[in-house]
Amino acid sequence: MQTPAPTDYVRATSVANAIALLEEHGEEARILAGGHSLLPMMKLRIARPEMLIDINDLDELRGIRVEGDELVLGAMVTHREVLESPILSEHYAVFREAEKVIADPLVRNRGTVGGSMCQADPSEDLSALGAALRGTVVIQNSSGSRTVPLREFHEGPYETKVGPAEMLTEVRFPIRPGAGSAYEKVERRVGDWAVCSAGVFVTVKDGVVADCGIGLTAVGAEHFCAPDAEAFLIGKAPTEENLRAAAKLAGDASDPSSDQRGPADYKKHLAEELTFRALTRAAAASQGA
Amino acid sequence: MQVTINVNGEPITRDVEPRKLLVHFIREDAELRGTHWGCDTSNCGACTLWVDGEAVKSCTVLAAQADGHDVRTVEGMETEAGLDPVQQGFIECHGLQCGFCTPGMMMTARWLLDHNPHPSEEEIREAISGQICRCTGYKNIVEAIQWAADHPATSEVNA
Ligand SMILES: Cc1cc2nc3c(=O)[nH]c(=O)nc-3n(C[C@H](O)[C@H](O)[C@H](O)COP(=O)(O)OP(=O)(O)OC[C@H]3O[C@@H](n4cnc5c(N)ncnc54)[C@H](O)[C@@H]3O)c2cc1C
Ligand code: FES
Ligand code: FES
Repeated sequence: MQTPAPTDYVRATSVANAIALLEEHGEEARILAGGHSLLPMMKLRIARPEMLIDINDLDELRGIRVEGDELVLGAMVTHREVLESPILSEHYAVFREAEKVIADPLVRNRGTVGGSMCQADPSEDLSALGAALRGTVVIQNSSGSRTVPLREFHEGPYETKVGPAEMLTEVRFPIRPGAGSAYEKVERRVGDWAVCSAGVFVTVKDGVVADCGIGLTAVGAEHFCAPDAEAFLIGKAPTEENLRAAAKLAGDASDPSSDQRGPADYKKHLAEELTFRALTRAAAASQGA
Repeated sequence: MQVTINVNGEPITRDVEPRKLLVHFIREDAELRGTHWGCDTSNCGACTLWVDGEAVKSCTVLAAQADGHDVRTVEGMETEAGLDPVQQGFIECHGLQCGFCTPGMMMTARWLLDHNPHPSEEEIREAISGQICRCTGYKNIVEAIQWAADHPATSEVNA
């Protein structure tokens, strides 16, 4: 039987209270959001927090809204809420497409956007999506809050810019009128982590790519993105040849390792092929096809 | 710490360690053993029950998190009017063999039908995709849920 090591538990009453509790309990305290990454890690004793600060009561961290030209998701928005959000689907198909293949419906009922970002698993699907859309996160501590681009958020596997007495409160995505987007994932079986996933958006204007973003997960791409592939596409027609060439550059941006999910060369092939498929669908969607 | 969890409408108060998982609270403290405990790794869904109306894997929720909340287990499915159509469907369509996965499957099925009373086969398969059955090959489970969708009126079930 797997049971977490002994720990204490407290429910935060506000974001300010949660941060005060983090300060009071120091490095041994951990935020508990959906718990669907933290509790499994605690069972394996990979994580041994002495104090869990439950933020599930904080309504200020819930809700999906449009603010100016940004989509704003509270940290406690669940995977299921992302999947079913009409606001998000209206602007980007990629939210629905990615969420449909994250874990399973029961995990999606509990797991949160903030938890996914802070867990920073090298195979996290929302990290690829966040990198592709060039999202930002809002990090709060007792002296205020700051905004960090998702492409600078990860310090390494399972490490982010969120400090010990800090919390992630929001994830934000720029709205891009006319953009098409798509997500492609290969998994060993339904509900599993990705062997590789690619998430992209493409905006085609006057027959050429005016803007695009490419995110990759599970294949060791730095900051989950492929900037050379993006730069290559700008100003070019979204022809099969050009999308293939960009996808090749995305494959080059990956640096996968061989493990039980497959050998490195297969994953590199997936990075290229899935990027090509996602770019093709996103470009077509942007052109209203 | 002391927690009070509303289980199938009845408040149950116990002293628990904060690290106690909800599945163990339900089985050991509430003494309701219909909720099963399988993989322990959030993969099999044998431990599925509802917290505040949402189907969740109770091996990945702390009892402390459910303090003051409503939990519904398979024991809460049957009402005075009789078996839930989902339960009847599993009987009609032979939706179980060993029965280990069954309570979790039924809790997810009821949750699905409450949100989507007429699911397609694909939607049913998607809904139970986080749950493992080692016996049936899923076919009869899908048919059992379909049967329940086709017979929503409990009066019909008990006729
Ligand atoms: C069976 C299974 C399959 C899965 N499959 C996939 C998959 O295919 N793809 C995928 O991307 N993910 C998958 N996941 C992970 C799932 O998406 C998790 O729910 C998610 O990664 C973590 O979210 P959470 O809310 O549960 O976070 P928690 O487990 O509560 O927290 C995770 C970490 O983030 C910290 N944290 C949480 N919220 C905050 C915050 N607001 N501020 C600061 N720190 C915070 C916690 O302290 C902890 O260290 C799977 C999980 C399971 C159990
Ligand atoms: S025991 Fe909870 S998912 Fe298997
Ligand atoms: S009936 Fe045996 S595991 Fe499903």
